[in-house]
Amino acid sequence: MKAQAKFYIGAAIILVTLGWLGWVGATESKAYYHTVSELSSLKGSALHQRMRVSGFVEKGSIHQLDGDVSFTIQENGKTLPVSYVGTDPLPDTFKGGAQAMVQGRLMPDGHFVAQQVQAKCASKYAASTTPLKQTGSMSFPQAPVAETAH
Amino acid sequence: MDIFGSFALILALITAGYAFIAGIVGIKTRNPLAIKSARRASLVMLPLLTLTAGCLIYGFFTNNFSMAYVAEHSSVHLPLLYKFAALWSGQEGSLLFWSWLLSMWTFAVLFTNRRKHPELMPYVGVVMAGVEFFFLLLNNFAANPFSILGVTSATGAVTIVSQSNGHGLNPLLQYPEMVIHPPMLYLGYTGMTVPFAFAMGALLAHYPGEKWIHLTRRWMMAAWLFLTCGILLGMHWAYAVLGWGGYWAWDPVENASLMPWLTGTAFLHSVMMQEKRGMMRVWNIWLVFAGFLLSILGTFLTRSGVVSSVHAFAQSSIGGWFLGFLAILITFCIWAYWQNRDYLKSDNQLDSVVSRESSFLFNNLVLLAAAFAVLWGTLFPVLSEAVQGSKISVGPPFFNRVNVPIALFLLFLTGVGPLLAWRKTSMESLRRNFAWPMMGGLVAGGVAFAYGFREFYALVCLILAVFVALTVGSEFFRGARVIQTHSGLNFFQSVGRLTMRNTRRYGGYIVHLGIVLIFVGIAGQAFNVKRRVDLAPGSQMTIGPYTLYCQNFDQQNGPNYTAEEATLEVFQNGRPTMMLFPERRYFPASGVIETMVSIHSSLARDLYVVYSGPDPQNNKPVIHAYLNPLVKWIWLGGIVVLLGTLLALLPSSSGPSPGKPQPAGAGSAAEAVPDEDILERTR
Repeated sequence: MKAQAKFYIGAAIILVTLGWLGWVGATESKAYYHTVSELSSLKGSALHQRMRVSGFVEKGSIHQLDGDVSFTIQENGKTLPVSYVGTDPLPDTFKGGAQAMVQGRLMPDGHFVAQQVQAKCASKYAASTTPLKQTGSMSFPQAPVAETAH
Repeated sequence: MDIFGSFALILALITAGYAFIAGIVGIKTRNPLAIKSARRASLVMLPLLTLTAGCLIYGFFTNNFSMAYVAEHSSVHLPLLYKFAALWSGQEGSLLFWSWLLSMWTFAVLFTNRRKHPELMPYVGVVMAGVEFFFLLLNNFAANPFSILGVTSATGAVTIVSQSNGHGLNPLLQYPEMVIHPPMLYLGYTGMTVPFAFAMGALLAHYPGEKWIHLTRRWMMAAWLFLTCGILLGMHWAYAVLGWGGYWAWDPVENASLMPWLTGTAFLHSVMMQEKRGMMRVWNIWLVFAGFLLSILGTFLTRSGVVSSVHAFAQSSIGGWFLGFLAILITFCIWAYWQNRDYLKSDNQLDSVVSRESSFLFNNLVLLAAAFAVLWGTLFPVLSEAVQGSKISVGPPFFNRVNVPIALFLLFLTGVGPLLAWRKTSMESLRRNFAWPMMGGLVAGGVAFAYGFREFYALVCLILAVFVALTVGSEFFRGARVIQTHSGLNFFQSVGRLTMRNTRRYGGYIVHLGIVLIFVGIAGQAFNVKRRVDLAPGSQMTIGPYTLYCQNFDQQNGPNYTAEEATLEVFQNGRPTMMLFPERRYFPASGVIETMVSIHSSLARDLYVVYSGPDPQNNKPVIHAYLNPLVKWIWLGGIVVLLGTLLALLPSSSGPSPGKPQPAGAGSAAEAVPDEDILERTR
């Protein structure tokens, strides 16, 4: 057989194997993303999927009990009680008011059991949400018309 | 100064535009003055952007909180080093930083080649100016770092608001590595523009393959070096700062840096096929294109918020700019390739599957498969939403299942490749050279197995790691012996001369050894242990061979934070070893909490301890302790990779070849690939 044909066969075997491995890995880890408000509209098998839900941590809702942490996340007026049962420490950014994403499953009684909790790292690539610029900000390359302090 | 800076920024934009257009005019009309003018315009980008960045940095140093960006990322008490590093901690500043670094590459490339390759360099200049122009458009119009906080009154008069203090820098970024990791990474990303410019230029100019590939390889290696350092520093930072005990989470931002690294690695290998045998011309052009496109895609993913990541990026309109740019670039690449594809025909074909060409082909195949898998996994939520309507993400199991076997196969190729000859290897030579290193590997694996280590992938990794180490060692040994015999130098001197005569090959082998160390370090993960305990002062816990005794638990104060600190005494097998002080810091300016991990690192394992706050029920400090075997090997391996790459970048010295007449013009061949492989005859 020509060398090129042998190479292509070898390549095909490798790629098929990798594809199969990828498929297995995807199936065992895929998580559906939902917002808190979407949860109430889920039906049937969608309720039992592994999910990622994002929302804001309600201030004052974080409680620790026996090594498990429970809190509530809310989004658009809807709330979701969550218990974090994972073994890793919660991220530093996790606190009241932070934007969080929990991954786990929804229980029949409506509360969420999370294996993983991520909270947004505030490396401020996004626009600030706290009112630093109370009076608005402008960008103007030219000299401003009136200047007070500089 | 901020007005000065924003003027400089506009001027830079105009200059880049001029360099682009004048360069094209110069090429079309073959006017040497236009070409020279375009080159000078490109060169002047560097001082202009240095000035621009300088103005922004000056704003930080002088606490100019009327500048929005300074107010957002700095505060009065921020240590000076971090005020400098705050330049790249946000969207606007980091984009400016990108433009600035790109201008450094442009300057380096155009200046060092100002008297060389006159048919090619104008094209290179045009491509780099075009990319620079895009980023300057972003800097000026989409994310201007010189925004002022101000109020407009009804009459249109503007009053500047001046604040007494800023938001402060995120404490997670107040760490010495934070000062190095982004610059390294960004130098890598922006550096990818250089090989792209060479490849595109060579394609459009029909520049001979042997010349441009050789030139491009060096620049790709430099960019790759920075990217490697950036990735390793990022891993170390995540490990030592973020406190979750790991160093890689397959987060989209991490993946964004890995993909160009994978294509870059593939290119550094396949380039040899083109140099030696004139093969893979089309493939190499597309590899270089892909590396650059992936680095742009990477920054798009990072900044646009299109995939959710722990690196918080809200949906921002900047994504649209990048998508547009990517669309233009891809169209241009396809067009340029299609117009000029005839010039890219290969000289040769694959002669045998048992050959060095074949090992490079498989190397490229799996590296690209890995890049594709990472891309697929990262973009899966976007794709699934488009196809199915729901965002589905895949996690580490997907990435690990695909990439671990790929990594192990690559490790195998790393050992086998040097044993194979170009074109075709005789089976008996292969058997002779392959058998004993592989036996060594199997013995090591057997010993580990006997000791109770049963994790399959970790064992395979160990076997292959020893195999590769022995193969590389034998390459150095046999080559040095040949030199020793012919020159009478002692063994170490022979190794030195061997290495310097072909820095690329032997530097490459050192890089391979570094990679082996890194893989072994990563394989240690299979044996990680972790425990969580309430550890009040006076009580103790055990993990592995260590006992942790909590002596004390108190408050400390730093320049811009307050902290709770646990004082732990560590005993190893009963003997007192060291003290650890895991902390939890609170930064009043930004209201942020940061855990300071305490690590006792040895070659065998890391003892990694996190204080995660008091248990609210009993007010005892909660301690998470981890045993992470072999992690130090990753960082050591990284240093070896760095040194090996630096060595490979050095020009080879050409000396008298043992037993062969000195070929004419050997002095000028210092840069070319030394054709003769000292061990060729012994294969």
